[in-house]
Amino acid sequence: MENIEALREEVLAEIEKAADLQALEDVRISALGKKGRITGLMKNLGQMDPDQRREFGQTLNTVKDQVAEAIETRKSGLEDAALNARLVGERIDVTLPSRMDETAGRIHPISQTMDEIISIFGEMGFALAEGPDVEDDFHNFTALNIPPEHPAREMQDTFYLPEQEDGSRLVLRTHTSPVQIRTMQSKTPPIRIIAPGRTYRSDSDMTHTPMFHQVEGLVIDKKTHMGHLKGCLLEFVKTYFELDEVPVRYRPSFFPFTEPSAEMDIGCSRKGGELKIGEGDDWLEILGCGMVHPRVLAACGLDPNEYQGFAFGMGIERIAMLKYGIPDLRTFFDTDLRWLKHYGFVPLDVPNMVRG
Amino acid sequence: MKFTLDWLKQHLDTDASIDVIAEKLTDVGLEIESVTDRAAALRDIRVAYIEEAGQHPDADRLKLCRVNTGDKIIQVVCGAPNARTGIKVALAQPGAIIPIDGSKLKPGKIRGVESQGMMCSTRELCLGEDHDGIIELPEDAEIGAQVATVLGADDPIIEIGLTPNRPDCTGVRGIARDLAAAGLGALKADPRQEAVAGSFDSPVGVTISADIAKNGAAPAFYGRYIRGVKNGESPAWLKARLEAIGLRPISTLVDITNLVTHDLARPLHVFDADKMSGDINVRYATNGEKLAALDNREYELSDSMVVIADQAKALGIGGIIGGEETGCVEDTVNVFVECALFDPISVAKTGRKLQINSDARYRFERGVDPQSIVWGMEVATRLITELCGGEVSHVVKAGEVPAPRNSFDLRIDRIRELGGVEVDADQAIAILKSLGFEVSGSAPVITAVAPTWRPDVIGEADLVEEVLRIVGYDKIPTVPLERETSLPVPALSPFQKRVGLTRRTLASRGMFETVTWSFTDSRWAKLFADLKPGLFLANPISSDLDVMRPNVLINLIAAVGRNQSRGFADLALFEAGPEFFGDQPGDQRLVAAGLRSGSTTPRSWTGSRRDIDLFDVKADAEALLEALGTAAANVQVNADGAPSWYHPGRSAALQLGPKNILGYFGELHPKVLKALGVKGRVVAFELFVENVPMPKKKGTGRPLLNASSFQSVERDFAFLLDADVQSEAIVKAARNVDRNLISDVTIFDLYAGKGIEDGKKSIAFSITLQPTKATLTEEEIDGVCKKVVAAVEKATGGSLRA
Repeated sequence: MENIEALREEVLAEIEKAADLQALEDVRISALGKKGRITGLMKNLGQMDPDQRREFGQTLNTVKDQVAEAIETRKSGLEDAALNARLVGERIDVTLPSRMDETAGRIHPISQTMDEIISIFGEMGFALAEGPDVEDDFHNFTALNIPPEHPAREMQDTFYLPEQEDGSRLVLRTHTSPVQIRTMQSKTPPIRIIAPGRTYRSDSDMTHTPMFHQVEGLVIDKKTHMGHLKGCLLEFVKTYFELDEVPVRYRPSFFPFTEPSAEMDIGCSRKGGELKIGEGDDWLEILGCGMVHPRVLAACGLDPNEYQGFAFGMGIERIAMLKYGIPDLRTFFDTDLRWLKHYGFVPLDVPNMVRG
Repeated sequence: MKFTLDWLKQHLDTDASIDVIAEKLTDVGLEIESVTDRAAALRDIRVAYIEEAGQHPDADRLKLCRVNTGDKIIQVVCGAPNARTGIKVALAQPGAIIPIDGSKLKPGKIRGVESQGMMCSTRELCLGEDHDGIIELPEDAEIGAQVATVLGADDPIIEIGLTPNRPDCTGVRGIARDLAAAGLGALKADPRQEAVAGSFDSPVGVTISADIAKNGAAPAFYGRYIRGVKNGESPAWLKARLEAIGLRPISTLVDITNLVTHDLARPLHVFDADKMSGDINVRYATNGEKLAALDNREYELSDSMVVIADQAKALGIGGIIGGEETGCVEDTVNVFVECALFDPISVAKTGRKLQINSDARYRFERGVDPQSIVWGMEVATRLITELCGGEVSHVVKAGEVPAPRNSFDLRIDRIRELGGVEVDADQAIAILKSLGFEVSGSAPVITAVAPTWRPDVIGEADLVEEVLRIVGYDKIPTVPLERETSLPVPALSPFQKRVGLTRRTLASRGMFETVTWSFTDSRWAKLFADLKPGLFLANPISSDLDVMRPNVLINLIAAVGRNQSRGFADLALFEAGPEFFGDQPGDQRLVAAGLRSGSTTPRSWTGSRRDIDLFDVKADAEALLEALGTAAANVQVNADGAPSWYHPGRSAALQLGPKNILGYFGELHPKVLKALGVKGRVVAFELFVENVPMPKKKGTGRPLLNASSFQSVERDFAFLLDADVQSEAIVKAARNVDRNLISDVTIFDLYAGKGIEDGKKSIAFSITLQPTKATLTEEEIDGVCKKVVAAVEKATGGSLRA
């Protein structure tokens, strides 16, 4: 029994001294291997009488377990040390710039603003409608109660295509209102649509570009009145500008295709040259609107005594400039990479009423 | 439209302040553009008296004046030729703000002599254009008083933006009427409108040509001869009134016509009768007929234009401008007053053709009150005889004065139904009456006859608007738009959804979305299409934007050039927008086009930067196709299918079958890039979004995933091939050996050069075998591999490399 105790001490000391995994493995083989010292003692068990064998066997098993455990402990200690040493050697300069292979591009502010508008009016039950950029006189003017030579045609500087064989001239649509006409011609009320798109006027200076974008809204049913128009547009401006309250004002105005007509102003302040929306005692014109003119309804084959509703139209660049503080209209179309990076939107920022 | 507060008060009896008036104008639809408080601007300018004007000791042209300011005598150096002893002047003392430039006057020395003030000209005070000398004030002006008050230039100037439907408000009286209706006072009577008795027959007669009488281009013409007038400078009140709204006083006779135009929306003309030859005839001009007009320009007329002519020639263009030759001058003695009616459309057409923007045209093309031909003549007559004297003839008349009675029923309920606000019948009737409507009947339906000055009122909806705008839009309650369904239905159609997906897919691949003009430069566009004449703009904004773009890439390529010149060469731009293939509405298609140039990334320590090549845009196009639901593997790459603006050897069409072209990709042709001013290589793709098939399957379910539970096996091969063999041939041949077992074929290496003979290349690829019933044995694998080698050799003529 003393021998066992001495052997235990001896092996444990050797384990403690093992400097690396190989030395430890050598100790394990010399103690627990086939020809190992402890294994040798185990072999002797067979020659003992039962009582002695039980007692000796128990002791030897305990020693064997202790040695095996000590080896495991030492082994994981040595492994940790080796790993730590490797990790220290692997240190690199984490302040180096990131890989730039996977940078996202940007969505143009016009597309983003259109998506915002669609998400807000979509929530109010409006569907997206579209129409062609090249329009005929009927859809762009006549059906909208703008007869030839009406001075209202001079309100808009129209781009014309060449005269056709029948003497008529196609135009680049001067507003998105022809989509109203096409919708009313093809659908039976109730109608709720918004129609964003490219529009064209022959005008180019600091605040005008020959192409710009508008969004048209139209509601036609048997009961919608100007109170609803006010309600609908108030909800829109509050949601769009992300403000709890926005002062609004409606001024009587004139558009050939609406009667009564109004222009909507929103409250703002211009103190110190900085425009702030939603506060202050100044007003900012934001859109034109009104009840659809009976003549327009009639031109689309709807009975003005049965159907009524409102329409509105606004400039998309204008409200994008107001919301995002973009100073110059012309830059929208200049394709300057710096501008696109600065004012553009990351593609996963998809406008959504629920997520805000 | 501009007027002053005092002018307005000549028609409107009111105590309302300027602020209240301004707010009400906007409320009734006469939007305030500006209110200018002139008294404030002239606050520091006072009346002073030149006690003595002597010679400056060191300057011949300068005078040294002793000026009495009322509380002291100061010394002022002045260069004005009219500065002299004994006149009253407009004096600015040190500290005063000079209106013309907003500067603060400082005491100074002029040629060594101290000057303690400045005597101002009309122009320096922003009261007119005159800068020939200093203002001479009336002798009875009180020294030290405000110059603004003395000149009658102390009332605010109001400018409103007028919508084209309100011709009545092109005169101050119409504006006053709206304000009175809105409760801001009472409209005063205008006694000037009563008839003046003539004492003799006009020696000048008037006729309207038969064709004009027939088509109504000039329905009526009134004339009156006034003999023995004395023309000259207008009285101060008249000059001040015109100058306040930016008009230059000319002579009393001319100033009177301008006054009546702006006061009553009634354009007039006064001819010097002694320069006329015989009777007036209103007729169409002859082609090529010329007229020297009062704006000092000569116009060439055509036979659609109405002229006022005498027996010799045209004297003026009807409703637009008078001629210079018969205009009134200082020594005019006998005049012929024209008060006529012209058709709005005819005036608008002529005005547009001749590009004349006159105050008369502005009013006639919006519609002048036909009744004003009667009272307008009387107002003009009274003003002329009052200010210039003279003896008045009877009025000579031609044509018929139209007497429109536009009568409409108004269902009182319609005000609530359309306007959303309850207005009782009594209030509606009162409003309409105060606006000049003749109203009869009672609720529920009343009848209103529009006044002759309101040609814009054409139906019931207009009556509703008249009532609502006077009641005030602010009285309309704000009502939420009712929902039609408890949750909204999708706003976007499946196709519209794709367009958004297209944009966001490309942007998420590192591309920047742009929006460029729908038109482009035809010199560029012709490289992309045979340009249809019908797609050229008849009136382009400039010659480089003269045609509807036949291809979205054109403006994008030009954008590369612009960015290159700003120093940005590494670009990834796209646009999803229309291109135009025909000249009828709807002849346009939606194209997602993108291009890349320069390098993939900025220079980086990682060494990952490399030049962009066509496989970058091929990846863009394929990613977009996948996002839109078309597997890129099913799309054929037709190396001979790309159009001429691509590099012939480095481009392809993407097709589904022989007919459906989904798009193109490749390197752009160097000639095209050069023509558009772009340096280096640019790769691009175009995808016709409408051509990408919509999913045929209805419903939201997806095909079941069929994931085999048996291990897949990969094997690699390397082939020596002729250089012009397409890798797609290898993929196809290998895949077709056993389409059920071979789930993937991937090219992973391409080599040509050292070790490979000229005209050859080495391509390495791997195949993936995916069993579905049992794990493959080595024999099975070897069998497939042998077949693959044989198939590829057969298809390509290449050989397996050892």
